[in-house]
Parts: sequence; structure tokens; C-alpha cells
Amino acid sequence: MHLWLIPLFPLIGFLLNGLWGKRWSKPVVSAIAIGSIAASFLYALAVIAKLSPIDTPYSEHYFTWIQSGFFNVGCDLFVDRLTAVMLLIVTGVGLLIHIYAIGYMAHEGGYYRFFSYFNLFVFFMLLLVMASNLLLMFVGWEGVGLCSYLLVGFYFLEEFASNAANKAFIVNRIGDFGFSLGMFLAVATFHTLDFGQIAAAVATLPVEAKAGVITAITLLLFVGATGKSAQIPLYVWLPDAMAGPTPVSALIHAATMVTAGVYMVTRVSFLYLHAPVAMNVVAIVGVLTAIFAASIGITQNDIKKVFAYSTVSQLGYMFLGVGLGAYSAGIFHLMTHAFFKALLFLGAGSVIHGLGGEQDLRHMGGLRKAMPITFVTLGVASLAISGIPPFSGFFSKDAILSAAYSHSPWMFWIGAITAGMTAFYVFRAWFLAFFGVYRGHHHAHESPSSMTLPLIVLAILAAVGGFFNIPRWLSPAYPLAENENAVAMIISVFFGVIGIVVAAYLYVIRPAAADSLKAAFGRLYTLVLNKYYVDEIYQALIVRPLEAISSFVLWRGVDETLIDTTLVNGLARVIRGWGSIFRQWQSGSIRNYATWILAGSLLVILVLGLAGGGR
Amino acid sequence: MSLLTAVLLMPLIGFFVVLFTPRKSKAPYGVALLASLVTFFLSLSLIGPAIANGARFSSVVDSQWIDSPGLQIRLHLGIDGINLWLILLTTLLLPLGIWVSESMIKDRRKTFFALLLLFEFGLIGVFCALDLFVFYVFWEVALVPMYLMVGGWGAGKRGSAAVKFFVYTMLGSVFMLGSIIYLHSQAGTFDYVEIMNALQSGRLTLTATQQLCLFLGFLAAFAVKVPIFPLHTWLPDTYTLAPTPATFLLAAVMSKMGAYGLIRYSLTLAPGGAHRCAPWIAALAIVGIVYGALIALVQSNIKRLIAYSSISHLGFIVLGIFTFRQQGADGAVYQMIAHGLSTGALFLLAGYMEQRRGSMEIADFGGIATPAPGLATAFMIALLASIGLPVLCNFVGEFLVLQGAALARFSWAVWAALGVILSAAYMLWMYQRAFLGKATQQNASMADLSRRDWIPVLPLIALMVWLGVYTQSFMPSISSATSHVLELTGMNDTYRVRVTPGSQPSALRTTPTKVIYVR
Repeated sequence: MHLWLIPLFPLIGFLLNGLWGKRWSKPVVSAIAIGSIAASFLYALAVIAKLSPIDTPYSEHYFTWIQSGFFNVGCDLFVDRLTAVMLLIVTGVGLLIHIYAIGYMAHEGGYYRFFSYFNLFVFFMLLLVMASNLLLMFVGWEGVGLCSYLLVGFYFLEEFASNAANKAFIVNRIGDFGFSLGMFLAVATFHTLDFGQIAAAVATLPVEAKAGVITAITLLLFVGATGKSAQIPLYVWLPDAMAGPTPVSALIHAATMVTAGVYMVTRVSFLYLHAPVAMNVVAIVGVLTAIFAASIGITQNDIKKVFAYSTVSQLGYMFLGVGLGAYSAGIFHLMTHAFFKALLFLGAGSVIHGLGGEQDLRHMGGLRKAMPITFVTLGVASLAISGIPPFSGFFSKDAILSAAYSHSPWMFWIGAITAGMTAFYVFRAWFLAFFGVYRGHHHAHESPSSMTLPLIVLAILAAVGGFFNIPRWLSPAYPLAENENAVAMIISVFFGVIGIVVAAYLYVIRPAAADSLKAAFGRLYTLVLNKYYVDEIYQALIVRPLEAISSFVLWRGVDETLIDTTLVNGLARVIRGWGSIFRQWQSGSIRNYATWILAGSLLVILVLGLAGGGR
Repeated sequence: MSLLTAVLLMPLIGFFVVLFTPRKSKAPYGVALLASLVTFFLSLSLIGPAIANGARFSSVVDSQWIDSPGLQIRLHLGIDGINLWLILLTTLLLPLGIWVSESMIKDRRKTFFALLLLFEFGLIGVFCALDLFVFYVFWEVALVPMYLMVGGWGAGKRGSAAVKFFVYTMLGSVFMLGSIIYLHSQAGTFDYVEIMNALQSGRLTLTATQQLCLFLGFLAAFAVKVPIFPLHTWLPDTYTLAPTPATFLLAAVMSKMGAYGLIRYSLTLAPGGAHRCAPWIAALAIVGIVYGALIALVQSNIKRLIAYSSISHLGFIVLGIFTFRQQGADGAVYQMIAHGLSTGALFLLAGYMEQRRGSMEIADFGGIATPAPGLATAFMIALLASIGLPVLCNFVGEFLVLQGAALARFSWAVWAALGVILSAAYMLWMYQRAFLGKATQQNASMADLSRRDWIPVLPLIALMVWLGVYTQSFMPSISSATSHVLELTGMNDTYRVRVTPGSQPSALRTTPTKVIYVR
């Protein structure tokens, strides 16, 4: 079946463009980049069609990657129904965003560099979703992190971009620390990292009522997920990652990479199902992140920042779903989110492109005439994310919220309130950008067709994506929830409508009301606008002390002063000191030596005499 | 003349030939390069027999060297999966070092080339010796040319750095010599294989105290050489001040002498001592990992930063060895090679930067990715290898070491893995300040890597990928040798149970292991 061809195409695209792209013209570079993703997409379709209905996972073994003692990890790829969903999202949405990027990046320097990194990203992402063991998944996991670093820092001449890139990589490393420890513990427990083998081994173990080793493994893996998928407490890198070009934000920081944590938890659901404590933690972190990030999203003025916090918030929903055991609902939302959030970012990119780089919502307004396609498609995306029927987000969000409703009411209510906030901030952005009067100076224009075409396709997907019944498709592996809850559905739609109405009131009907509201909540507003000062707190509590300790205590104090100067050189000084004493004896004067010889001989005779006398 | 003798003697022959070449010509360079290349190609044919022979020594040379009553020293050399790759690393990196010396060393080049070859001779000898006395002789032979290179061609306070390096190492090796002589007095031979046979058959037994003393004697030499915290303070000065080709070889291959000694001799000759000391040595290794990384975080000099990062990475090797686990030992040996490639490449590229800018201060760079994209790309790849990105070499070594540590004692893995987080932080911050941003006036016209500059870099990058992706080319031979070492330590299974009573449930006890040697 040659599954390896699916990731191979983008890898070739990366190598070609990376090595020789500099010499080629832009059309050649884009043809290679897009051709490789298209080939990958088509081949993935062919594979899925051939394997359909994929009742049992299909896997292929290529070679042994690492073998040491009992520890054996293969380079094995596999496809099951879950992978099939992910494959189509990654290559399908990836293809659309690649096409979009041709137009968006047309005037940027480093064109070939952008596309080679972009292709490399798709390669690693495909590896991540096709890996049949945790370690190979980790390769993809780290690889997409690398590409994220390279692409966030794409405008590397600007300090904010390289700062954001570093932050993304380092914060993710903290998460990966947990992921690695989870793997070590899994190996110690199960002697393998292969998904199938772990699943078989864990099936024989009882569900852990109290926290045990499986709970520890799952929680450590979840630490990795909080890094990659931007959950509390490691979400801080994602808003900054918007420093990258907008297609990057759409593909990596909205549609695919950041959902890797949700995919991973779903992939090892057999472990989580044996660790209810860990599942609760996942759900709680998810729901708290959802409302926390949504609250920040309400106040942001940078259109990309609004959507970035929105991504953090929506990822929180997905974790809420998988944490509640509604794995298929989580993946369903992952897919619809890929459609509407990619669309939101690409639409935002279209606006930014049309305004010559302007990202501040306060300098937009009234753009619906100049940019009709962007206006309509963004409107569809906004309806979808707000959970308004029959748009896609309604179905997936409803699946998660009904699971929450039957599990624990407080999680449901937080989720429902968040739905209202979501509708509010996304429509706030939409109204601020497209209604009212234009507050900027640049001449606004609609984007070229290479950009609007992907917008239209994604808008269609965001509108009807809810009818792809992912929960049913995944039901052999992830059983369907028993009852869809009508009450939950009505409440969440109600909150969504309220959010839209309030946004319309504040930003279209009575624009002055928003400012008076800001003034009324002055302190609170400043706190939220500054993202609760979390970055500053991390800086003050972790980064600064670490630097100070390293610099003054460890380096200057321990290393240079204590060990080197005091101990090592001190020892040398002591030895030299002794040497200078003994040197006195080596005066070179014969008379001196003779005296010592005489004294020594006398001493020997004396000692011998005394010893002999004693006998 | 057998193959291994040829590999060993080739650099020595080259050394003498270089001495007789005219000073002011290309001849010393040509001869040195030729000799090192011939050595490299000869050494390639060591691979086949070593892989075929599994854990037994291959390409063995065993002839009388000194034969006087009461003192028999044999020139006993052999190759197994552990030293095979270290020798190949040495023979590969030497021509690269000679290649860059051609452009980086300005004066007394003939002497420098001669010293490089002498250094290679010493290193190959250290790695393939199977007679303790011969091992000791080569150990010192390798030290002297390096001392001269640091002292003669280094920068700044090179004199005191060289003396510190020399005295520190000598002081350590005196204790090793003591251990070797004591072992001779007990076993009646310096021959490692004979001593091991005697130990295994029970003809020679060492009490716990004897083993501890022997172990500590060896440790003194190896711990300084690796170096293990807190014996590391010679390293930052030496690495920073030495001329680039010397730093390159010092970091890439010479730092492996100590680690090699630990796994080859310390573990097997005095297993009791090794087991007794393992907990605190592992603790020191972990301290070194975190401590080196934290200090690297705040360095302002690129070479010094890489030097401290080396302390951190070498800590992984020591930790792996003292886990007494197959994964730990395999990871340690793999990491020796991987660290040689990645840190070697980093120092090499740093040398190119120094050549272009006349400084190694990070503040003097900034924005050089724009004028020198090739340099920036190569540096990025080496950096990614160094911070343990999967599909590049260091990941495999570090992962196995940490896995071994996690099996031995989970908290070890937790603490040591902190070093992995920190490595990303210090490297990326340095990269950002040196390469990214807008180029300053002085850097705006910095030359990119020339074709000649790329030549030593490309094989290193290719190997980083090879070792990261297709480990099966290397790992089976390493595994068979390390598993033999663990068998020789004799207590790996009993030890395993002793260290982790109950903490690692049933899974560990079902491990298919065999006890070869029970005390």
C-alpha cells in the first residue's frame, strides 16, 4: 500500500525548494510546494478509498528505528479511521492554505524559504498522525514544533518575531519534558511504546480508582499536550506566535499542529479510560482554558490576537470533550474548527493584505463594500464558530456540551457561557472590521483569486462540515454518546445568539456604548486587556530568577569563585606553598646538604640504637 | 603488519614524515592530510570484522613489547562495538581538523600539523589498547600534543589554561597509574583480557575494599577527563582559548577518552566499586547536566557557551553508564559519537565565525544570517542536533540514556531531562542574538561559507542525519559490546532488584535477562 508515500511528497518538496528554491522562479517554487501537498492529498484519498471502511487498523513496518535490550521502536506507519480523518484535514486544509499562501506571500522576501518550511511542516504533521508508536509520534511532534519555530520567526529581522519563535520552542520544550517522562514511564510499565501493544497490555489491567502508574503516564503525556495545544499553564506561546505570516497562523496555529494534543489524547484513549483522575484533569484544564482565553479574546484589538485566543479557547473545548470521554466529539470539533478557524485566519489575512499590513481592529471598519468575498466568508466562519445551526460549529460544539451536561453541570455552564463569549468576540471583530466607517488610511482592495478561492472553499466546508458525521464514522473505536441532549443544545444556541446580539448592539447600533462599558469596568478591563499579566508573572517568577541564579550564584559564585579560584587554584597555591618550603632545602649549597646529611645520619643511628636497645 | 597496527601507526608515520618536510611549503599540510585520510580509509575496514564478531574483540594485535622478568607488557589491541565507532570518529574528524587548520592556523604550521598527527596516534592508541600499561602510555601521549597546541596556538591567557589543563589531567592520571600498578601486583599482568578472564574464572578475586580503591583510582583520571562535576573548571578555559582545530578535536573526540575509560575499565575491573559509587556518580552527572546548562544560559562568549553545554551533554554519557541498564549504556556510547559530531560541528562553525569577525563575543555578532545564510543554516542544523531534535543524532543517545535512567531510578530521569529543556533555551537565545535581527554595520558584509569551508561541515551533517534516522547501522554492534560489559559487571540483575525494590512493579521482574556471573 506504500503509506510512506503520503509523507514523502511534502518531504521531497521541502528538499527541492530548500536546496535549490533560491535559484528558481516563484511559479516553480509554488508548483513544487503545492504539487507535493496535492499529491499527498490525492494519495491519501486513494489509500482511504482502498482501505475503506477501515474496520481494522492497517499498518506497515519499514525498519527498526531504535533497538536496545528489550526496548524496540520501529518506523511503523498505520491508518485507522481516526488517522483517516486527520490525514484529510492535514492534507486537505493544508492544500487550501498552501494555495492561499501563493497570493499572500507573493511580495515577501524568502518565498522559497517559506514554502520549504511549510512543506516540511506537513511532512512532520503527517508523521505525527500516522505514527503507530508514541516515539515516532514524538518525532512528528517535535518536528512540527521546529517548523513552527522557523515559521513564527520567519520575519527574523524583527526582534518580536524571533522572540516569539524562541518562546514557542522553549515553552513547547517544557511540555515535551512531560511527554518524554510519560514515555519513559510507559516503557518501564509496558515495555513498549507501540499503540497496539500498550492497548493490549492495558486492557488486562483494572481501571485505576485512585491515581496510579497509568494516571501518572497519562498526566505526563497531558503536560505535553498543554504545551503543544496551548492549554493552561503553557498557552502563553500561542498568542505571540501570531508574529508569523498569516497562512502559518492558519495552518499551524489553528487548523493542525495545535490540535496535536487532542489527537494524542484520543490516540491513547485506552490509557486515559483507565485513569479517570487524569481524564478529570484534562476536562477541567480544558474548560478553564476555554473561558479564560475567551475572556482575553474579548478585549484584544489585534485581529489575529482575537483569533489566537479564540484558538486557545476552542482547543479548551476539545479537551473538555476528550476529558469527558466524548473522544469523537473532540475530534469532530477538531475538524470543524480546522475549517472555520483556518477560514477566520485566512479571512483576517485577506483583510490585512488588503490594508497593507494593518492588523488593528481600531483602524478598520466599513470594509464590506471593498472586500465583499472576505466579508461574506468571514461571516460564515463567525456563524460557524458561534455554534449557530446549521453551521458546522453548532454540531460539534453541541456534541461536547451535551456530554458535559450529562457529566457535570458546572462544566456545562462554563462551556455555555464561553459559547456566548465566543460569539461576542468573533462578531465584535467582524463588526469592527466590516461595519461602520473606515478608520484607516490605506486604500482597501479585495484580495486576488488565489486567496479568495480557498476562502470560498473553506466557507462551504465551515457551513456544511457539520454534516460529515465524524462521531458515527469513529463509533467502532469511540462509542457514541447515548443521548443527545435537547436542553443543552437550546441553552448553548441561546448563549451564542445573545453574544451576537450584544456585539451588534455595542459595535453597530450604539458604538458609544462599548467605550462607556470599558470605562465602567476600568480596572477589570485593563487587567484582561493585559492578558492578566501572566507573561509578566512568568517572567518575574521563572525567567529572571533563573538567569540571576545562573549568572551570579552558579557561574560567578560557585564555578569561578568557589570551585576554580578557591578549591582548584587554592590547592595549587597550597602545593606551591609547600614547594617553596621544600625549595629552601634544595639551596644548591654543598655545605647545607652536608649538614642535612649529617643530621639525618645521626637521627637514623639514634633511632636504630633506641630500637635495638629496647629489644 | 595487521590492519589495526596499520591504522595505529599511520598517523605516527605521518608525524615523522611531516617533521622532515620543508617548513615554508604546502608539504606539511599535504602530508598530514594524506596520512590522516589514509588512516581513515584503513580504519573503515575495521567495521566489517567488528560487526561480525559481536562482543568479542576483532582485528586483534597481540605481540610482546617489553619482556623482562617480572614485567611483561604486551602490545595488545582489539576492536569491539564500543571503541570501533570512537576510532572511526577520530579518524574521520582528524582530516577535517587538518583541513580547517590549513586556513585557521597562521604560524608554525608544520609543527601544528605534526602535533595533530601525534594526537591522532595517541587517541587511536587509547581507544584500542587492551593492555592497561599500553593504555596508560597512550593516555599520556594524547595529552602532550594537545597541551602544546593549546599553549602554543591559543588565544589570551592560553599559557595558564594549558598548564591548568595539563596539571589537572596529569594529577588525575597519577591515581590511575597507581590503580594499574596495584592491579598488576595482584594479577601479575597488565593485560586487560587476561585480568578479566582471571576475575571471571575466580583465579583472581578482589575484596570489596580493593575494588573500591581501584575504582576510585581509575575514576580520578576519567572524571577529570570527561569531566564530571566539580572537576570541570579546566574545560571552559581550555575550550575557549584553544585554537579552533584543537577545540574541535578536544570537544569531539578527546572528551570521550574519559567516558570510554569508565565504560571499558572502571565498570568491568572493579564492578563492586562501580556499583557502590553509582548513586553518587549519577547524582554528580545530573548536577553537571543541569549546572552546565544553567551556566551556559548566561554566557556571553559563544565558545564558552558551547563549552558549558558540553559539560551538560557529557553528563548524559556518565549518567547512562552508571544506570547499569542496557539502554543507558547503549545511549551513553551512542551519545559519545553523537556529541562528537554535533559539538564538533558547532565548534567548527564557531571557528568560522571567529575567523570572520575576530571575536567570539555574542554581542559582536547579530544579524549575520542575512549576509551569511549558509553559515546560519549549517549552524542551525548543528544546533538542532545538539539540543536533541529527533531525526538528528543526539536524540537517540539522550533518549536511551534517559530511558535507562528512568528504569534505574525514575527521579534521575526527571532531573536529567531538565537539561533538555534548558539546552533549547540557551542555544536558541544565543542563535537569536548572533544570527537573527538586522545585521550591524560591521557584520553586513560578512562572507558566507566558501566551498572550501563547507567541505568539513557536510560529512558531519550527513552523519548527524544518518545516526538520527538509521540507527541500525551502528546500534547492534554497540549493543552487543555494551551488553557484554554489563555481563562482566556481573551484578546487573541483582543490582537492578536491589536498587528498585517494589518501586518498579512486576514489569521489570519479567524482563528476560540472564545472569552470567554471580558472585
